Amino acid sequence: MPQIAQLATTYSSQVFWLLVCFGLVFFVVGLGLLPKVTSTVDLRDKQIADDLAAAEAARTAADAEEEAWRVTAARQRAEAQGVIAQAKLDAAKSTEAALAVASGKIDETLAAAEARIDAARTAALGEIESVAAEAAQDIVARLAGISVPAEQAQAAVKGALAHG
Amino acid sequence: MAEGKVDPVHQFTIEPLFGTDHWSIAGYNVMFTNSALWMAITAVVLIVFVAGGAKRAVVPGRWQMAVEGFTGFVDNLLMSNIGEAGRKYLPYIFSLFMFILFANLLGLLPLALVGLHPFTATSHFTVTGVLAVMSFAIVLIVGFAKHKLHFFSLFVPHGTPVPMIPIIFPIELISFMVRPFSLGLRLFVAMMAGHVLLEVLSGFVISGTNAGALTFGIAALPSFLLMIGICALELLVAGIQAYVFALLTCVYLNDAENLH
Repeated sequence: MPQIAQLATTYSSQVFWLLVCFGLVFFVVGLGLLPKVTSTVDLRDKQIADDLAAAEAARTAADAEEEAWRVTAARQRAEAQGVIAQAKLDAAKSTEAALAVASGKIDETLAAAEARIDAARTAALGEIESVAAEAAQDIVARLAGISVPAEQAQAAVKGALAHG
Repeated sequence: MAEGKVDPVHQFTIEPLFGTDHWSIAGYNVMFTNSALWMAITAVVLIVFVAGGAKRAVVPGRWQMAVEGFTGFVDNLLMSNIGEAGRKYLPYIFSLFMFILFANLLGLLPLALVGLHPFTATSHFTVTGVLAVMSFAIVLIVGFAKHKLHFFSLFVPHGTPVPMIPIIFPIELISFMVRPFSLGLRLFVAMMAGHVLLEVLSGFVISGTNAGALTFGIAALPSFLLMIGICALELLVAGIQAYVFALLTCVYLNDAENLH
């Protein structure tokens, strides 16, 4: 086994060159290049974590924005409902007032018309009386040849009309 | 050695390439061997691999994804075993894991097809032992720096009855002191066993084929099919052993960092 057979003659060279080569690796790779690699990895990890955090923050912000929008929309809808109710109320009131005015006018017109009808009826009745009285005077004059004074004829007509 | 006889451990032989006699530091020979060459190749390939992935693109390409996959994997390993305090060990654990993984995988490359001989540095306990001692030393340094002498309470688990302490303490101490050996030997044995197995089976294939049609049918062909499966298994082992080494280092570091 050369490892043991050559031990005495080669151990110093083996140890020396191992220390030289491993030392070279340790100082060049371990202390020189490795920090570059790990710092790159750390930087990338940090960047990814930051990006994720930013995305999370943006999502939270968007959620908050949406919630705020929802609240605003609900408030505005409620306001709109209030405005509509108010408008309905106002409209109902004005309609009522207009109706009241219109019905008052109609009543007035009706009353005036009724008064006029009454007056006309009275006038007509009066005219019927005078016409009847004249007719009665005339009839009496033609039949009996007596002239009845107008007042008498009128009283007779009135009495006849009153008794039916 | 004639006629296709294969020496299964020859592949672990360290061959000096240059600097055999005159390269030395404080009397210790530091010749540049094939083992050193493959450790250097491992280091270079690893540096190129990680450098290619350190482009710092926010949207990573394939290469960068691969490198970030490895760093993320080791980072998770530390986080799940030690917690937030584990991140400061990332450079060491990552270097350790990747160095062992690349050394294991490079040693498995079928470069013999083009005449080169890949060498698995992690199949030598002189190499794995140094890595294990390094991890163990870091555990000791962190443990004593952070907890001072209170670190010894690691050897007395919570709720141990007082009369049991004299017995438990040495047992825990021994199991603690064995850690660097088990850590280093596990990797060395796993890598060596796989390579020896592949070499033995390839020896069967060569001798069986040379000995005629009958032995080809009953020995060489089944061995070859088995080799294909074991090659896949070895790729798995290469990854698992690197993972186990890094994982156990994390577990030991957790003891040092958080006691029990």
